[in-house]
Amino acid sequence: MNSKPGSVMDATSTASNNMVEAVDVEAVNRADDRHLFESRKAIHPKLAHGFFRRIKWAALVTMLGIYYILPWVRWDRGPSAPNQAVLVDFPHQRFYFFFIEIWPQEVYYITGLLILAAVGLFLVTSLFGRVWCGFACPQTIWTDLFIAVERLVEGDRNKRLRLDQQPWTMGKVIKKVTKHSTWILIAMATGGAWIFYFHDAPTLIKQFFVLEAPLTAYIFMALLTGTTYLLAGFAREQVCTFMCPWPRIQAAMIDEDSLNVMYRDDRGEPRGPHKKNESWEGRGHCIDCKQCVAVCPMGIDIRDGDQLECIQCALCIDACNGVMTKIDLPKGLIAYDTGKNFAARAAGQKQKYNLLRLRIAMYTAVLILVSSIMVFGLLNRTILELNIQRDRNPLYVTLSDGQVRNGYTVKILNKKSTERVFSLTVKGVKAARMRLIGFPEDQSPPLITVKPDSLRAVRVFITLPALEPGAFSLPVTFTATDIGDRTTAQTENVFVGGKP
Amino acid sequence: MAHNKPIDEVSGTSTTGHEWDGIRELDTPLPRWWLWTFYACIAWSVLYWIAMPALPLASDYTRGLLGYSQRQVVQNQLAKAREGQSVYSDKILSTPLDQIEMDPELLEFALASAKSTFGDNCATCHGSGADGGQGYPNLNDDEWLWGGTVSDIHTTLLYGIRSENDETRFSQMPAFLRDELLTRDQVEDLANYVLSLSGRDHDGQAASRTASLYQEQCSACHGSDGTGSRLDGAPSLTDGIWLYGDSYSAIVKSISNMRGGMMPAWGDRLDPATLRSMAVYIHSLGGGE
Repeated sequence: MNSKPGSVMDATSTASNNMVEAVDVEAVNRADDRHLFESRKAIHPKLAHGFFRRIKWAALVTMLGIYYILPWVRWDRGPSAPNQAVLVDFPHQRFYFFFIEIWPQEVYYITGLLILAAVGLFLVTSLFGRVWCGFACPQTIWTDLFIAVERLVEGDRNKRLRLDQQPWTMGKVIKKVTKHSTWILIAMATGGAWIFYFHDAPTLIKQFFVLEAPLTAYIFMALLTGTTYLLAGFAREQVCTFMCPWPRIQAAMIDEDSLNVMYRDDRGEPRGPHKKNESWEGRGHCIDCKQCVAVCPMGIDIRDGDQLECIQCALCIDACNGVMTKIDLPKGLIAYDTGKNFAARAAGQKQKYNLLRLRIAMYTAVLILVSSIMVFGLLNRTILELNIQRDRNPLYVTLSDGQVRNGYTVKILNKKSTERVFSLTVKGVKAARMRLIGFPEDQSPPLITVKPDSLRAVRVFITLPALEPGAFSLPVTFTATDIGDRTTAQTENVFVGGKP
Repeated sequence: MAHNKPIDEVSGTSTTGHEWDGIRELDTPLPRWWLWTFYACIAWSVLYWIAMPALPLASDYTRGLLGYSQRQVVQNQLAKAREGQSVYSDKILSTPLDQIEMDPELLEFALASAKSTFGDNCATCHGSGADGGQGYPNLNDDEWLWGGTVSDIHTTLLYGIRSENDETRFSQMPAFLRDELLTRDQVEDLANYVLSLSGRDHDGQAASRTASLYQEQCSACHGSDGTGSRLDGAPSLTDGIWLYGDSYSAIVKSISNMRGGMMPAWGDRLDPATLRSMAVYIHSLGGGE
């Protein structure tokens, strides 16, 4: 390794203000030192302490908790449906989410959900910058967890640097093996939790260990184990910088009123080491201790300004605030700030936070609109649907007595969790004779039993006397009526009896 | 690196030593990841030759240590599929033919399986929508030459019509003109009589001339009133369905040269459960009795 971080080791100096340890660190991804073709330089982020670090721990515990525990939450849906609260049931083509149940033809709810997720992301980004990247993205969360494990096993930044430079000893081997096996265990738990969203979790876990689970379960478990281990253990910040499209897209969402993690260079510059009791006159508040660089998981220097690499995890804010407290200066040399405020301070004007902007209003409006449509759709979700497919081959059949017959496949969708019986009637054509395959001919109207939460397709034939010459088709209306609660579903179709 | 390879000054890479018009070729080494992938592929292929069927011989081929055979894999998959279907196919075999339609699950299975069987075997003549064509009966309508109950259809499927099977449904219409049983005038008059049976345009005089000839020559099979006979596969001449066309010339042709299609016996080709499903499927097309 010929890069600077390797040579810095744990060298610390007390050049600045005796109370603050200045870290000898170079930002490995700093703006003026980026090369296209270059091996990754390892980043060993130092542990930060403070408000945002606590938020990140809380986000990590909450989100991983939800991810790992959710498949085990039960939700009673009666005997005809699974009792797993969140379940994507591919074999039976159902998606369950607590009280919501979605059939394949209702997949537009997923579209709605994706729109909500996207616009929500836009809204949050234009308000607070890359909070998604810094606090909520799975890549950030698992990387954070993996770094925490690394820190637990190998120690904080300085110890890790020293360990990497050491020759291989027994102790080093033990530490590395412990770290990697813990990583792999976490990765396996990650892949393991994923598959439980697609099968009944208690059943699957038993099958899983006696090797009776479906092959796909093992494949996806292996896949997610592998990606977690590689992406959180090794690729880390490279995923954000090189693989993820979001950093490129979100530039369009951020404006001069968006809050972003920024170094206030108007206050910090000119930077330089500072001795205790030295005057602050004529110099900036940045004492160049590089704590902000040391804690950065992305290996950048926030003082270089806005950078694509910055995920805005705000750990540099924590680090800098700690330093400012020690040297009795106000906090917030690095802080969430807006571009407009920089300009305002430069012009000697008052700072303003402008949350109510047009784009915010628009994103909010779209969010409210889409969620209203979804709530409305879910509340008014039909529990009975009638779909009719008319035979097209042949278009119609002429019978021996000259009458004309059309065939239809009638599909009744019973989305209730109880068995229902429907009567089927046809309106709109006079003297129509209806016949169903598999039903007694003397039953009029025919009574069709549909099992709970399922679809039944029935072949229906309608016979009419020959249409008048020149007539092509007649409109017909099918009605399915629940003979219990009298709810109905109607579908329009046509009866074809001649050449167009 | 004992020998001193010429080094290109600009790139620092060694050159091949060749020089053309002052241009020297760089000897850039292959990327290591590529090289190792290449070696791994070679090693893999050697193992593959040993483990899997690989080299063709004069009349056979090397079987490989694993004994893998795609043919066997397909056989196993088919056997497994059959085993998975056996719940239904066994039930289809044990349920009386006319009762299969009444069981929604069996009906669904029978229709689904028979639909593809029909497409593979029957659609060639009867059409993908089973609506037939000239000489190939429409299976959707309610005219049945040999009967339209599920078991009639099943029998037809099993043994065929004028097929090589011993049990085949069989009948033979005489070729009245070709075999000189009737004169051309008689045949033409007879065609008018046939047209009159279903109320189509005809020459009334010609028709009445041959009423007795019809009774003499045709009624044995087509019935004295022309409604046909399913015992002989003789179509009704009184309705609106005409397998070979209802024009005067088509009917003259039929009487002159006789008609009679052929259908293979499927009992020799398809398994019993499939045949029963097929009978149910055809019956469910709408014309079933």
